[in-house]
Amino acid sequence: MTDIPATAAAGRASRAGGTDMAGLRRLVSYAVLIGYLLFLLVPIYWLVNMSFKGNLEILNTMTLLPADPTLANYARILGDPTWYMGYVNSLIYVVMNTVISVTVALPAAYAFSRYSFIGDKHLFFWLLTNRMAPPAVFALPFFQLYSSIGLFDTHIAVALAHCLFNVPLAVWILEGFMRGVPKEIDETAYIDGYSWGRFFVRIFMPLISSGIGVAAFFCFMFSWVDLLLSRTLTSVEVKTIGVAMTRTSSATGLDYGTLAAAGVLTIVPGALVIWFVRNYIAKGFALGRV
Amino acid sequence: MARIELSDLAHSYLPRPGGEADYALKTIDLAWEDGGAYALLGASGCGKSTLLNIISGLVHPTRGRILFDGRDVTSAPTTERNIAQVFQFPVVYDTMTVRENLAFPLKNRGRDPAYIAQRVQTIARMIGMENQLGRKARGLTADEKQKISLGRGMVRKEVNAILFDEPLTVIDPHMKWELRTQLKQLHREFGHTMIYVTHDQTEALTFADKVVVMHDGRVVQLGTPDELFERPGHTFVGYFIGSPGMNLLDAEITGDTAIVAGHAVPLGDRYATRAGRTQIGIRPEFVSFTDEDDGLPVTVQRIEDVGRHRIVRADLRGFAVNAVLPERMPLPADADRVVFAPEQIGVFVDDWRVEPASTGAA
Amino acid sequence: MEKTQNNRAWFMVLPVLVLVAFSAIIPLMTVVNYAFNDTFGNNVFFWVGLEWFEEMLGSDRMWEALMRQLIFSAAILAIEVPLGIAVALSMPKKGLWASICLVLLALPLLIPWNVVGTIWQVFARVDIGLLGNTLAEFGIDFNLGQNAGAAWATVILMDVWHWTSLVVLLAYAGLQSIPEAYYQAARIDQASRWAVFRHVELPKLKGVLLIAVLLRFMDSFMIYTEPFVVTGGGPGSATTFLSIDLVKMALGQFDLGPAAAFSIMYFLVILLVSWAFYTIMVNLDREERTE
Repeated sequence: MTDIPATAAAGRASRAGGTDMAGLRRLVSYAVLIGYLLFLLVPIYWLVNMSFKGNLEILNTMTLLPADPTLANYARILGDPTWYMGYVNSLIYVVMNTVISVTVALPAAYAFSRYSFIGDKHLFFWLLTNRMAPPAVFALPFFQLYSSIGLFDTHIAVALAHCLFNVPLAVWILEGFMRGVPKEIDETAYIDGYSWGRFFVRIFMPLISSGIGVAAFFCFMFSWVDLLLSRTLTSVEVKTIGVAMTRTSSATGLDYGTLAAAGVLTIVPGALVIWFVRNYIAKGFALGRV
Repeated sequence: MARIELSDLAHSYLPRPGGEADYALKTIDLAWEDGGAYALLGASGCGKSTLLNIISGLVHPTRGRILFDGRDVTSAPTTERNIAQVFQFPVVYDTMTVRENLAFPLKNRGRDPAYIAQRVQTIARMIGMENQLGRKARGLTADEKQKISLGRGMVRKEVNAILFDEPLTVIDPHMKWELRTQLKQLHREFGHTMIYVTHDQTEALTFADKVVVMHDGRVVQLGTPDELFERPGHTFVGYFIGSPGMNLLDAEITGDTAIVAGHAVPLGDRYATRAGRTQIGIRPEFVSFTDEDDGLPVTVQRIEDVGRHRIVRADLRGFAVNAVLPERMPLPADADRVVFAPEQIGVFVDDWRVEPASTGAA
Repeated sequence: MEKTQNNRAWFMVLPVLVLVAFSAIIPLMTVVNYAFNDTFGNNVFFWVGLEWFEEMLGSDRMWEALMRQLIFSAAILAIEVPLGIAVALSMPKKGLWASICLVLLALPLLIPWNVVGTIWQVFARVDIGLLGNTLAEFGIDFNLGQNAGAAWATVILMDVWHWTSLVVLLAYAGLQSIPEAYYQAARIDQASRWAVFRHVELPKLKGVLLIAVLLRFMDSFMIYTEPFVVTGGGPGSATTFLSIDLVKMALGQFDLGPAAAFSIMYFLVILLVSWAFYTIMVNLDREERTE
């Protein structure tokens, strides 16, 4: 028999046979969950709420819903290249970084998952330490490095800088997924006369496609959420959304409505892709070790 | 300990089952006598684990009642049923010592510490783990862990029944035999009602006094190992039990003769002709080769040597016929005819065994 | 899994090596260079040995930032880990609701860090924020700019908001991996809810919780953007954590030497702690696989 319905029914049975104590426990657990989800959503709700208000309303009254809903804030962002190019620029370096990170991480993760070689453990740990390097420590040296080789204020500079933490991350995640693929598959393929390259692309990569998806998602995400390095490495040509946000809010002083709308727009890309990887998020954060 | 009765039981995993196909368990009426050693045998997916989980209270049946000594426990939770269960994969509390593991069910029921200590000692002796009481459970081997889960069940004296859900799946082959022997011995000594779910006929036949064979959500036969072998009540029992299983051949019955592929086969008794798919069944052990002309013509395809005897796989006009050749009996070079021992032939209509007309109700 | 000895595997690792070395080692060398040298500009350096290190170790400023940092990291770990486990335990095990919960939980993790700061900055303000305003209604002085307590509360609340989900997700994944038979056995043994947690769930969560603590420790130790946006390190230097102090020193005051020395020590501390965690993790991994 299949385990899944058995488990479900078992759960149902236990609930059916529950006592008052169990009922109380269930109530508490609902309260914890709902309370926590509310705690997560209220600040976001406030941001969304503000983004539909005019500055006058924001500053003068506390309203739980916009009294005079307006799309002006969004219109300002989407109508002004200095604003919306921030999103475009951010997306460009994020995508570049994701592609680079996953591409170089694939063979490396394969090597770590299949072979033991001199220095492998130390190398692995060294990679991990880069995930731990405080971006603040690297901000200035990065600035100098990329300035000196003429890459300052380019997309690729940010994409490469983000490789610092995304490549190790991608290696870890992919290695975790690859470990789950039995080695016999490799051996069978070699016996069948596949070359390593053909085997890797034709057979192995489809097997770990969910792992690749998760690794890509995480690279995307960490590149997207970081704005410290990207701000340090860009100025005029490649203005990122972070730069745009700080600058505009400080220049116009109190333009909270636009700031809120800009903030809401940064949440959208993540919120859109998250549904596809929801079941793998934990595995990704655990570096493939769940 | 208790007599366990299942009355008009049926279960579906769907919230609103429609036809019969939606039911994992079709109607089941069954009684497990107090102190019996039962095996619940069937192929994967036949519903045997569902049945076990219904008895233990982990699954609530869609329909029907479960009675323990006449008391209706259908809606009683697991804890009130006082049963113990040993799972497919060893379930022990890794962070506890062996002693703590064994004491756990008693401690949770608030028993007196002195009683617990004495009981744990007794059980540890029974399962042969006295010397390891102080060890952490996490480092133990699979069979030791399985013994602990068994011990955790037996530590409660008043336990109504001990249920085993394919308990030897992850045990090394050489330990399987030992554990099974030990289990049998424990049953003889302490007389717990034991229900042992398995898909392995050897395990079932060696462990149990009575075997319940399940097929497609139904109980097809309850009987002793000998009965299952000699008088299978259903074609499934015929070919599931025995190695190889019973030969089943489509036939037409007239009186005491069956016509198989145009050849007459004498039966040991007279049978009424009935509507439905009619088959005769004969165990390979009762198929023998003959020089006489009255045998059935077969083509021998291959011979397998399985140590104690040989199995001859043959073809009879599209039907597979297997025969078991006793040790050292030579197979004639031109062996092409077989005969069936008439008194060992069973007649099945629509998969169910029918009794001879002379003794049957008809 | 049994691995094959093969030193040619180095070739597969090479691209990663080159790329990460480029983004890690060269900048690190720059930092080291600054840490041991002084400059009057124009790229002219002279060796000062350990002077900057001595200066930093002797300055109250770094120690104070470190203390604040440790208190902050300890506080958020003490809140986020138990809270994360509690939420994970109360989540539905499967079905649409579980998926919705997962997506909602992951939402804060995907918000750019400066936006997280902005959200909380706005949310906590007395004049325009729901939280600050509501607290003010109740007569609580909650002024981020002047009240150190309010600044701390906001920063910690923000981190809990931002990152507890990570602990939840990991713990949830850990709970999912526990076979149903364990719960059934516990029910048969009449184990209490606490006993189930203590003897069934917690042991299985050990591995993922270790990862959660490691990640949360590391990330909280490096935290910069969010508190910087919310409080700017203030009021005064009440919420000036290590990274904030470092950036102030390096980019604000352009004290490159001390900042570099600071960076190196900072990095070493993180490295040390991470190494300890890594060792424990690898050992746990091995233990689990030999079972």
